[in-house]
Amino acid sequence: MNQPHPNGPKPARITAGRIGLYTFLVGAALFFLLPLYTMVVTSLKSMDEIRLGQIFALPATLDFSAWVTAWSGACMGTVCVGIRSGFWNSVAITVPSVALSVFIGAVNGYALSLWRPRGANALFGLLMAGGLIPYQIFLYPMVRAMANIGLYNSLAGIILVHVIFGLPLVTLLFRNYFVSVPEELCKAARVDGAGFWRIFFEIMLPIAVPMVVVVSMLQFTGIWNDFLLGLVFAGRDNLPMTVQLNNIVNTTMGERTYNVNMAATILTAIVPLAIYFLSGRWFVRGIAAGAVKG
Amino acid sequence: MSVKRKRNLSATIALLPTWFAAVVVFIGTMAWSIRLSFTNSTLFPSSTYVGFAQYAKLFASAKWLASLQNVLIFGVLYVAGCLVLGFLLAAALDRKIRFESAFRAIFLYPYAMSFVVTGLIWQWMLNPTLGIQASVRSLGWESFVLDWVVNRDMAIYALVLAGVWQGAGLVMVIALAGIRGIEAEQWKAARIDGIPVWRIYVSIILPQLGPALAAAGMLLAMGVIKTYDIVVAMTNGGPGNATEVPAKFIMDNLFGRQNLGLATAGATVLVLGVVIAVAPFRYAMHMRNQAKGGA
Repeated sequence: MNQPHPNGPKPARITAGRIGLYTFLVGAALFFLLPLYTMVVTSLKSMDEIRLGQIFALPATLDFSAWVTAWSGACMGTVCVGIRSGFWNSVAITVPSVALSVFIGAVNGYALSLWRPRGANALFGLLMAGGLIPYQIFLYPMVRAMANIGLYNSLAGIILVHVIFGLPLVTLLFRNYFVSVPEELCKAARVDGAGFWRIFFEIMLPIAVPMVVVVSMLQFTGIWNDFLLGLVFAGRDNLPMTVQLNNIVNTTMGERTYNVNMAATILTAIVPLAIYFLSGRWFVRGIAAGAVKG
Repeated sequence: MSVKRKRNLSATIALLPTWFAAVVVFIGTMAWSIRLSFTNSTLFPSSTYVGFAQYAKLFASAKWLASLQNVLIFGVLYVAGCLVLGFLLAAALDRKIRFESAFRAIFLYPYAMSFVVTGLIWQWMLNPTLGIQASVRSLGWESFVLDWVVNRDMAIYALVLAGVWQGAGLVMVIALAGIRGIEAEQWKAARIDGIPVWRIYVSIILPQLGPALAAAGMLLAMGVIKTYDIVVAMTNGGPGNATEVPAKFIMDNLFGRQNLGLATAGATVLVLGVVIAVAPFRYAMHMRNQAKGGA
């Protein structure tokens, strides 16, 4: 990324072109930052201040009460317990879903690329096709099937659904990664008597750590941000944060408490944002890999 | 031979759960849904075969037709908007800019957030009584209008605005990586020939980014077909049918209106849409890969 540009060092002279360039970039940056700024200042205002209709004005006094309400007192319909439970539901859904799907995806990629058992290509093709199909066509039969095996509206159920629907992407990314691993490595280990699982755990998984990180980022943000599957499969007691957030904002009776809504929105966005800003390059690599190869 | 069989056995067993998911979940449930679309199922599945009656009903529904039209307008503008803005941002960032990584982080952060969050933020900004409109009016421009989310004719563009805000950063990342991968020689040659910088980006760089941008556009288009969360969060399909989309129509009929036959017919049409949209692209990729392999 940081190779020297063929045009040489940064131009020292200020030209009209440079001014135009920076104007465009700064303008774009304002466009991208404005919503975040608006959310933050709105969440720190009182409702009296919001009613003045000065959406961009800084708050007169810093008022964190909306944050407290959003976390532990905001109402979803008639229940007023805040978005706290949704936060923990999202954690309980996301962590095992990511761990399981990354593990299964790694095994799949490894088996498909380095062992190529009978039907490997057919399975891979099927998965890729499945990954392109809109979820809506799977939903009703899935609901019925999950109800039949007693997993509908349960934590285990929603985790299973996330793992299944994550399979196409994680398998694709791990397969593409393991394809570039020299086959001799696998063959040599086999000659030494190592089996399928031993080669996987002792050689391939350690090699694949960078991919594990990238895929984990991708899956974590994807599952955390999910709305549809959580809405359909999680059940009342396990609704993820995104669904609860929408319930808080869009179904409240009477006057909308915009400061609470915006605080709840920030709380919902904060985990993926933290991952994005803390993991930087890894996150970018993940979405780029998912985008270009998907 | 026995070693080979054993190795295949372990790998085969390891892939069994995935086989199960692919065959039972992906194929099985899809077949089930398609079958339901040919029955008169309402609240519960029925096995009374009604041929294409649900499809006829679907395409006689004003709401479904509106949702198709909406998703088409949204899709074209959203994908085009993300591609154009993303490419412009990437080209600008490529010009030896100060604070490049800060700009990059700012342009991409919305992509890390959920569509629900994006929808709610923009719903708030575009709220006519308390949002941008009210703020600008209080500055003295009394006739300023920015009421997109509640305006029947403009609501779909509000979705486009929010969508482009969320997705342009992805295109920027892909385009920037592509631009940085282009050889320095081409730059030198073009500069010696005296070609202006903007022409180099348009005539030399843009064509080479074609495949990467096509892949990004494809990914965004797949997202368009699934568009659901952002609509639910931002407009919930309204005002009227102005922002109804097929994915939402299906969900409403599946779980809200208990109209299984109609919903599965809609879902089947959606799947057909994906196949028609993706098949030529995949075929082209396949042919290109084969050509590459042969060379």
